[in-house]
Amino acid sequence: MSTATDPIGRRLPDTLASYWEQDLVKIFSTLAAVYTLYLLVGVLLGYDLFGQLNSLRRLTFLIVVYGIAALVVNLHWGYSGLFNIGVVGFMAVGVYTATILSRPVAGQNPTGSLPGFGVPLPLAIVAGVLTAAAAGYVAALPSLRLRNDYFAIVTLAFAEILRITFKSSELQEITVFGWTFGTGGGRGIRTFSNPVRTFFETSGQPIVAAVESTGLDGKIIPDWSFVFVLLTILIGTYWLISRLSASPFGRVLKGIRDDEEATQSLAKNTSSFKIRAFVIGCAILGLLGIVWQGASSGYVTPDRFIPELTFFIWIAVIIGGAGSNTGTIVGTILFVGLILEGPGQVRRLVEEFVGLSGSVPTFPDALGALVSGNIDPVMLYVFDQTSALRIILTGLVLIWLLKRRPQGLFGDRQEVASAINLEDRVTKRRERGSGAQTSGGDGN
Amino acid sequence: MLRDITPERLHNSTRIRLALFSAVLALLLLDLLRRLLGGTLAPALLTGYVWNGLVFGLIIGLAGVGLSLTYDLLGFANFAHGDYISVSAFIGWGSTYLVAGLGEFNLLNLFFLGVGDTVFPRDVGISVTNTPGAVLIGLVVAAVGGAAVALLIDRFVYESIRETGAITLLIASIGVAFTLRFLIVFLFTQNSFGLTVGAWTYGLSLPGGTVNVSAPEIMLVTVAVASMVSVHLLLTRTKLGKAMRAMSTNRDLARITGIPSERVITATWLLGGALAGLAGFMIALFQGTINYQLGWTLLLLVFAGVIMGGIGSVYGAIVGGVLIGLVTRVSQIWIPASFAEAVGFAVMIVILLTRPSGIFGGDAL
Amino acid sequence: MLSVNQLQKSFQGVTALDGVSFEVEAETITGLIGPNGAGKSTTFNVISGAIEPDAGRVTFTGEDITGLSPDQTSSRGLVRTFQIAREFKNMTVLENMMLPPKNQRGEAAWRSVLPGVRDNVQADEEELFERAWEMLEFFDIDHLALEDAGTLSGGQRKLLELARALMLDPDVLLLDEPFAGVNPSLERELLARLEDLRDRGRTFLLVEHDMDLIMQHCERIIVMHQGQTLVTGSPEEVRSEEQVIEAYLGGEVT
Repeated sequence: MSTATDPIGRRLPDTLASYWEQDLVKIFSTLAAVYTLYLLVGVLLGYDLFGQLNSLRRLTFLIVVYGIAALVVNLHWGYSGLFNIGVVGFMAVGVYTATILSRPVAGQNPTGSLPGFGVPLPLAIVAGVLTAAAAGYVAALPSLRLRNDYFAIVTLAFAEILRITFKSSELQEITVFGWTFGTGGGRGIRTFSNPVRTFFETSGQPIVAAVESTGLDGKIIPDWSFVFVLLTILIGTYWLISRLSASPFGRVLKGIRDDEEATQSLAKNTSSFKIRAFVIGCAILGLLGIVWQGASSGYVTPDRFIPELTFFIWIAVIIGGAGSNTGTIVGTILFVGLILEGPGQVRRLVEEFVGLSGSVPTFPDALGALVSGNIDPVMLYVFDQTSALRIILTGLVLIWLLKRRPQGLFGDRQEVASAINLEDRVTKRRERGSGAQTSGGDGN
Repeated sequence: MLRDITPERLHNSTRIRLALFSAVLALLLLDLLRRLLGGTLAPALLTGYVWNGLVFGLIIGLAGVGLSLTYDLLGFANFAHGDYISVSAFIGWGSTYLVAGLGEFNLLNLFFLGVGDTVFPRDVGISVTNTPGAVLIGLVVAAVGGAAVALLIDRFVYESIRETGAITLLIASIGVAFTLRFLIVFLFTQNSFGLTVGAWTYGLSLPGGTVNVSAPEIMLVTVAVASMVSVHLLLTRTKLGKAMRAMSTNRDLARITGIPSERVITATWLLGGALAGLAGFMIALFQGTINYQLGWTLLLLVFAGVIMGGIGSVYGAIVGGVLIGLVTRVSQIWIPASFAEAVGFAVMIVILLTRPSGIFGGDAL
Repeated sequence: MLSVNQLQKSFQGVTALDGVSFEVEAETITGLIGPNGAGKSTTFNVISGAIEPDAGRVTFTGEDITGLSPDQTSSRGLVRTFQIAREFKNMTVLENMMLPPKNQRGEAAWRSVLPGVRDNVQADEEELFERAWEMLEFFDIDHLALEDAGTLSGGQRKLLELARALMLDPDVLLLDEPFAGVNPSLERELLARLEDLRDRGRTFLLVEHDMDLIMQHCERIIVMHQGQTLVTGSPEEVRSEEQVIEAYLGGEVT
């Protein structure tokens, strides 16, 4: 019935298009499509049940963590017009703070590892989130008046200063007022044990045992449980940000992004709104850092927080269309499924079916072999470079998108910034006929 | 309550800011003198910092000129500029290796800087004093390569989206940056490559130690100064240069007469790219090593220099670059070396917050 | 109500305002005229706080508001519109209208999120919607309620600009060429409504180039020229002032 503006909706027959209108349908059908693709690849690669589950789990994990980050970038940039390219810095603040606080106090720490403040993990996590929020405040407060590109440079510089600080050998281990703690410097620091895994090693052990008795690998339970916990955080973030967007608060943010001066001339203290949006986003990033780098990998180094990560997060938003929360999620699914993990999957397929053997040569060697007519070394080389390839692919996709469709998939559609359904109200008002004297009283 | 701390209150009163800034500067200078006179700071060390900072700063300034020109003329921050530096450095040094090792080693291995441990610096023995010809050729190739890369990127990426606005171009430049950087990774891996062997060095004896002045450093200063003089002559004596300055200083006039003429844009990219190439080749020479992040790690400092000097001002970019170079070195009197760059960034942030137009900047941008 | 006193402002050596002084009385429609470059827009910018004057004072309802920021002046009841309409292109007309009003509880982030508290925000939104709808009907653009503001025609944008400003319930409204691009019959209707609003207690300071309009509808007129106030007075007084004025009033200044 309504004309869709996105490239997918436009091509659907009318019946399907009306389903596509709904946000959840967009998200779930994209997810289903990518899942199916991966299952197919798994079949081709001869995965057993555990293998398929593992493959989907890894995929889901990445979609969830990138999705949370992308939603924050959308809040900052898509809604408030704040060009934050220091995203990873705030994640680092969150996880480093939580780690330093939660590590066992000096004297109780295992030999050879860094001591900390011995704060219980839940408290440490809260502190990490709050510190990330505070870092956001410090970064944004003086910079709000700067125009977009300068603001971007400041956030980048801020993130780099943080990374340098975490990497410095001077702060590797220090003692202040009798407390010994540190950042671990360049080597990094062990974070904390994953609460979910701990649970299943203790009270939850029977569940694992029960699963194992059916012949499946018991690791499925804690692994997938952790992903579900993250998924809950993603859903919570989506809920939070959607409610923020569909409200007077979100409305003013949109106004700021559209025309900040005009918004100011309508009696809105735009700095206050921008700060709040920025700080909320940074708090979420702090939490993300804690669960992603902290809980998931159990170890954190400064070099995990590199610009490439920010780059990936941003392109997920741009693919989906900045300004649209749903678009951001869809963009993340597509980015993770096709661009981030795509090259790796292609490589696995190639290895399976083309059967390359031999050691990976250097590029000059491969080139030389190509000249003599042997393409195996070239293929060996190319498929060994998945990490570089996926970044190159990301860059090319970004450039292509900006030239052809800068608004991404769903950037055109407006997510109405109101706490009530305006379309509904308008229709009812028009049905009542113009000139109605009484306001309200008409039910919702 | 927190809302009362408005950015407006922080920005008000230029006098307070100026007073604070002067006070900090004065304090630092006083402390410097105290240490010098008291003996805790060796004159040799200080001279070393200053000399090192000057050389480093000149390279940053050179890179900044190109960035500043395109920033001003086309109105966007080209985040790919750092990777123009990297790419041209690799092309230049590959050529130097090629020329220096010709006949003795496999051509491809040479051009790829001996990736995979096939060729080592000591095998080829490159230095300014050993193989000046190879070094010079590499320098020229780097400049040409940088110019070519800059122009090609403009033609293939930026040209069609020039009207879409500064932010779109900025995002596009970030895409270009990563693409170029990881193209280098694809070809050269993420390893660092040693490039040179020791060159002639003069040890200047000063109280507290010796300050080393090496042939590469002298060459760098020479090339940098020569380049800046050439740019100056280009901008003031040639017709093209005058057109470039006209476009830059009188944007309104340019707008009235239409989109900046293609010639000026092309010339700006070529010039900026060539200077990036020189800077890239020389920073690798200065450090003695090269890796895929060469330009990127420099980029923020280059931005710092450009912003400090004022966007659009060629002389500002150079002065700003030198100042940043000095800051990153001299600050080590007070701050551990690992924080040296962070200080540079902090200075840039302070400048952005207090006087975004920079030292030589005209309009408040 | 609103007075400016000896405003000075220069931009990089070019003097835009050179001792501008005038008063706007409450509950009037006052016109501000002058040839292009006289400094009318700059004056508006100074009054609203978009620019700080080099010298001089702006007083509003007895309070010195010189140098206050635009959001501070507008929240005190002094609202301006822009010569080139600055509607929020990426929002619907309704959202444009629902953005301005002050004291919206939902502008606090936590109120919009927390389950129970959000109900209050929704109640506010319902009231706001009614107000916005009625205002849109007043200006006859309610049929555009759900259209993206970026798709409006020039005249419609001006109407939205005005309607949106009125949502702030301003005491004084500074209108910068509000009728440019609006068809003449609609212009007459709108002026009638402005006069109606004035009778209900609002004050308008109007910049316009349409001399007939100014003469017929403004109780007082302020004439500016080269950054200075030349004459203030009733239309008759202004019309009959020296030949200098004739030069500017002769014919329509487009």
